[in-house]
Amino acid sequence: MVQPTVPRQLVVVGGGMVARRLVDALRSRDVAGQWAVTLLCEEPRAPYDRVALTSYFTGRDPDDLALGGQELWDDPLVTLRRGVAATSVDRDGHTVSTSDGRVLPYDSLVLATGSYAAVPPVPGKDLRGAFVYRTIDDVAGLRSYVENLRTEVDRPLRGAVVGGGLLGLEAAGALTALDVHTTVVEFAPRLMPLQVDEGGGEALRRLIEALGVTVRTGTATAKIVGRLGRVSRMEFAEGAPLDVDVVVFAVGVRPRDELARESGLEVGERGGVVVDDTCATSDPAVWAVGEVACIGGRTLGLVAPGYTMAEIVADRLLGGEGTFPGADLSTKLKLLGVDVASFGDAFAAEPGGLEVVISDPVAGVYKKLVMSDDARTLRGGILVGDASAYAALRPMVGRALGGDPAAYLLPEGAAPAPAGDLPDDAAVCSCNNVTAGAIRCSVTDAGCTDLAGVKACTRAGTSCGSCLPLVKRLVTTELEKSGIEVSSALCEHFELSRAQLFDVVRVQGLTTFSEIIAKHGTGRGCDICKPVIGSILASLGTGHILEGERASLQDTNDHVMANLQKDGSYSVVPRIPGGEVTPEGLIAIGEVAKDFGLYTKITGGQRIDLFGARIEQLPKIWKRLVDAGFESGHAYGKSLRTVKSCVGSTWCRYGVQDSVGLAIALELRYRGLRSPHKLKLGVSGCARECAEARGKDVGVIATDQGWNLYVGGNGGFTPRHAQLLAEDLDTETLVRTIDRFLMYYVRTADRLQRTAAWVEDHEGGLDAIRAVVLDDSLGIGADLDLAMAGHVDGYEDEWAAALDDPETLRRFGSFVNAPDQPDDTLAYVSERGQPRPATESERADSGVLIAGTTLEVRR
Amino acid sequence: MSVEVSAEVAAAAALTWHEVCVLADLSPERGAAALLDGVQVALFRTHDDQVYAVQQLDPYSAANVMSRGIVGSRGDVPTVASPMYKQVFDLRTGECLDAVGKEPKPLQSYAVTVVDGVVSVGLPAPGPPGGAT
Ligand code: SRM
Ligand SMILES: Cc1cc2nc3c(=O)[nH]c(=O)nc-3n(C[C@H](O)[C@H](O)[C@H](O)COP(=O)(O)OP(=O)(O)OC[C@H]3O[C@@H](n4cnc5c(N)ncnc54)[C@H](O)[C@@H]3O)c2cc1C
Ligand code: SF4
Ligand code: FES
Repeated sequence: MVQPTVPRQLVVVGGGMVARRLVDALRSRDVAGQWAVTLLCEEPRAPYDRVALTSYFTGRDPDDLALGGQELWDDPLVTLRRGVAATSVDRDGHTVSTSDGRVLPYDSLVLATGSYAAVPPVPGKDLRGAFVYRTIDDVAGLRSYVENLRTEVDRPLRGAVVGGGLLGLEAAGALTALDVHTTVVEFAPRLMPLQVDEGGGEALRRLIEALGVTVRTGTATAKIVGRLGRVSRMEFAEGAPLDVDVVVFAVGVRPRDELARESGLEVGERGGVVVDDTCATSDPAVWAVGEVACIGGRTLGLVAPGYTMAEIVADRLLGGEGTFPGADLSTKLKLLGVDVASFGDAFAAEPGGLEVVISDPVAGVYKKLVMSDDARTLRGGILVGDASAYAALRPMVGRALGGDPAAYLLPEGAAPAPAGDLPDDAAVCSCNNVTAGAIRCSVTDAGCTDLAGVKACTRAGTSCGSCLPLVKRLVTTELEKSGIEVSSALCEHFELSRAQLFDVVRVQGLTTFSEIIAKHGTGRGCDICKPVIGSILASLGTGHILEGERASLQDTNDHVMANLQKDGSYSVVPRIPGGEVTPEGLIAIGEVAKDFGLYTKITGGQRIDLFGARIEQLPKIWKRLVDAGFESGHAYGKSLRTVKSCVGSTWCRYGVQDSVGLAIALELRYRGLRSPHKLKLGVSGCARECAEARGKDVGVIATDQGWNLYVGGNGGFTPRHAQLLAEDLDTETLVRTIDRFLMYYVRTADRLQRTAAWVEDHEGGLDAIRAVVLDDSLGIGADLDLAMAGHVDGYEDEWAAALDDPETLRRFGSFVNAPDQPDDTLAYVSERGQPRPATESERADSGVLIAGTTLEVRR
Repeated sequence: MSVEVSAEVAAAAALTWHEVCVLADLSPERGAAALLDGVQVALFRTHDDQVYAVQQLDPYSAANVMSRGIVGSRGDVPTVASPMYKQVFDLRTGECLDAVGKEPKPLQSYAVTVVDGVVSVGLPAPGPPGGAT
């Protein structure tokens, strides 16, 4: 194929779950960049997890419903247009018009417009207080309506859900979560008529009524009566009326096929854009996927078949041959905490089926398997009340179960899980179409060693999560089979974990790498174990990090006590404890920067970074800084970075304690403490928390009585809020508690494990750590205190010490045969009045270069 | 101290040898940069006092930093890890042993002799145009 120079234009209409999967699948496969995608989203937000919509009522905010990360939308070949709807399609002109008045040309168009929530034509359906249940805006509207109403009326609120299917029960769960007494009104004679049979429906009704939800089946809603424009009563074809404050319609969905209709594409008898088994419409440039597609003569209201369609279209756009294999309409749900699953030929529609039923009204369980007439092959089933067998059973549909089918229906644990002998082609994750074979393969061939790795590699379990127990079992079985234990070995040179190494080094009093590796390792170490041992030795206070053999252990940055930048130059960060600095200090830093031509920037850690220093300039720069009273800021080390402060009670009208004073004291106490990963602290002078202390490994927030201590927070890749460890401590207790927390962390955490992950992994979690540091449950309190006292007494400024040692200074020569000769490949241009590294093209055009940062001229 | 020049190295014709420094100038298990006729070379002294030389230019970052990487071993192979993005190279051949998910790119390696404590590096004879001298 000819490499296209300009990507072709793909327009996707509808920012739902299926559209997102399509864009994702296309971008991950289209390495050559053949397609540029524009996604039109009528909703004001990026595609989100509609399946998890109800979790909005259990405290999650809309952001938690995001599907995947932001990366996809940052991709230059993807344009996401939120709050923009497609209004018409001109198929002859190959353009789409949008609600913001643009006309977008397309080479291919995908309709992924999903469905409307259907509203039955009952009188009163437009009254205030009547809702549908489809989008974040719908559920947000429902919640605020209920919450407002609650402030107005002085009695429990009552609500009704019209429709007792999957959606209706979701909605009933939402209303119940809002403390609304709820009645589910279903026209059919049982709940979830599409998924479960009579026996299942009965079991479901009992379980749901036990939760306080009233169920009225076989009931047709005739009318909703309003008062002052608001919903107030429901009347039915038969039976007593019902007083209600809020009504949710969940009677089904209607495909949003209007764009297709208006542009003359074929639509199905009951709606939906008609497509063939490649998801193509009658127009070869237009595709339809997801709930709006009418495939095999019907529309499909589940996300898994939609995802399959998305994968097929992505494949086809890139010249592939994928076809739709037919939908698996299996579902497993937890509705109001009740398990319901339905899979395969659940209603025994295929002739000659045999049903095996276990029904236990007392335990509230109904389970049915549909078998072939010889009772060997599983055809389908229904599970209500306990669906734990679902993950294992569903992949077996169409296969011989082996053994007595009833055994699979016994309570969990009674029957052996058949995961081990699941055939390779059995689909384990139906949302993402992952087979048992693919999961095994990710362990044996792709080298995944844990569930997280397998999830990332295969996507299994990343959507609804119902397959996770099975995925996990497959992974464990496969790992055990290949004799892999999840290893805690540091690297090929050490079998021990970091925590174990720390202990043996400490207990045996080892002080050199050669001794340690001879006793406890093999070979000569590597870029993993050497810095770890360098750090352990430093934590144990064995002397300057660049002394003797220890210098060979230090990571790049520690080795020159500065931070390597992309062009091979370094940055320099003097410590500014608590962020407090005098005008003289600022002037001194400014003069150094000026004299050496360094780029200066205020960091995110309340101090100043000086960039563009050449290796041979570092000692000269530090001589000036040390003379001006500055010390190393350890921006390069896995050690204390900064203690961020807010201005506190000295100036701030709300401050209740001197946060700057405490921050400085803490920074001076823990400066230079080498740790498994970097450490950041914060101190806020009151609960307004301007120092963002809860985003730090250790956060302190002033109270009227003292200090609240939080631990295990960080920003970065996986932001974590610190959790409360202790309240209202006096300063002395606070400092002792932090001492112990930090020293315990230093001794027992893994390499590059921030405190948040350490707390999480620690057996017993934060409670166990609290017991150690506050109640001395391990009896090591005094030992930890002593170790910290040793650190505090032994502290010396690394840079000041280095400047006094000619042997150390020799390392800073640029070349062993020409120590003062600058690296002449460094080149800078001026931007906003400061130097920055030249780009490749600027280097080629050497006219614009300013030379390397200049050598000191003064003094 | 004297180190035999390997047969291979001796056979490689047209090397220009540069005396760089004495062995004591190099710290064990650490690297140092050297400037030889305008060419930046990274020298490494391993724990057994072998000396290796590879290009100073890190092929992944295009910065002259290889000498600042961590020296170690993979099995029996002496290695250096790039200080920038941590790719690992065989010090003897320059072969890239771990490309950290990128395309493997090798380092140019240079012949080294240590004779009476003097470290010399053999650079290929300068090519016709653009060569240093
Ligand atoms: C300079 C600075 C950016 C700035 O211009 O503001 C910076 C620069 C770097 N950060 Fe940072 N971080 C800086 C503040 C932060 C902050 C904000 C803060 O401290 O309040 C954070 C989030 C807070 C946190 O750490 O919890 C931050 C989270 C990270 C992370 C992610 C850590 C994590 O646990 O996920 C890394 C990567 C790592 O350490 O593995 C990182 C790594 C880096 C590295 C070391 C990347 C590298 O390998 O080159 C950068 C060093 C460049 C240099 O020369 O200093 N930087 N970095 C900030 C220096 C603060 C200081 O005074 O020391
Ligand atoms: C509460 C709830 C629970 C559910 N639970 C499950 C479950 O457990 N399991 C399961 O498999 N399925 C479940 N579903 C169904 C599942 O969410 C849908 O099958 C799936 O979201 C369909 O995806 P889609 O992308 O086709 O459509 P949608 O997710 O509906 O996305 C279509 C999007 O297109 C936008 N759009 C429409 N027209 C235009 C236009 N002209 N221009 C621009 N944008 C437009 C719409 O605003 C919408 O955002 C549930 C649905 C709900 C509401
Ligand atoms: S956010 Fe990324 S680019 Fe910015 S300083 Fe931190 S590591 Fe560097
Ligand atoms: S089956 Fe839904 S995530 Fe695997």
